[in-house]
Amino acid sequence: MLTCKQFLQELNDYLDPNTDAEMKRRLETHVTQCPNCFVIVDTTQKTLQIYKGVEPQSVPEDVKTRLLKAIERKMAARKQPAQG
Amino acid sequence: MSLSPTTPALPQNSPPPLDETELVERARSGDAAAFTELVNRYQRKIYRLAKHITQNDEDAEDVLQEAFLKAYEHLDTFQGHSKFYTWIVRIAVNEALMRLRKRRTDRTVPLDEPIDTGEETVAREIAVWEDNPEQRYSREEMHEILDQAIEGLKPDFRTVFALRDIEELSTEETAETLGISIPAVKSRLLRARLALREKLTRQFRRKGEDVLANL
Repeated sequence: MLTCKQFLQELNDYLDPNTDAEMKRRLETHVTQCPNCFVIVDTTQKTLQIYKGVEPQSVPEDVKTRLLKAIERKMAARKQPAQG
Repeated sequence: MSLSPTTPALPQNSPPPLDETELVERARSGDAAAFTELVNRYQRKIYRLAKHITQNDEDAEDVLQEAFLKAYEHLDTFQGHSKFYTWIVRIAVNEALMRLRKRRTDRTVPLDEPIDTGEETVAREIAVWEDNPEQRYSREEMHEILDQAIEGLKPDFRTVFALRDIEELSTEETAETLGISIPAVKSRLLRARLALREKLTRQFRRKGEDVLANL
């Protein structure tokens, strides 16, 4: 059986849905027999879910305004190429 | 690629949702409103990414502006093989890393001193979490908890985590964006995930019970 350290090194593979079945089975065997690694897998999955699930905060209004103004200036400059 | 035929007028309250490819096509042919729509669509994500990497509001604003200005300027060179979003993420990451390096060289801010670098793949905090922590905190509190956890990571780790697990780029896209190998992406991602798991466990662990009692 894998040690906990070996399992942790392969944790990404365990969480990756594309990992091949044989590898997954080896890792699964460890998780089902090791309560600590079971908790680590569970809390790592929750960590990822929380980060993925949180919507980005709005850009502050003043930052947004400056961004749109900068883009407008760029667009205007493109429409009126410098006179040679 | 041809532009789609002119769409008939729709009721004012239901603007047609254009897909990214069409918006890019329109923007390339000079439609300013289409480019502005791309900006509106992605600015929050790009700003969040810039903040995660630079950890500095002023730099994040500069990155946001530069990324969209450069995208506008180089729209002609955008091949359309990748998604516009992936392309603008790459531009933003380059800008953000440039500013991060500059700040660190300038020493105008303290060097990033991570509390926990996750150099080893060890897990010290092992505890079951309380149920549904997302529902126990307000949105603002949750943002603060998650941002603070990321802030404590080394820049290399937080950048890979932000690209892979927040912006959901593939391992290959992340490697290409950062100019590092695929094994390097995987290793940094693992360390980042374990370090964040540990930080959040300190926050969300179930209190007053044997940590493994409910297994």
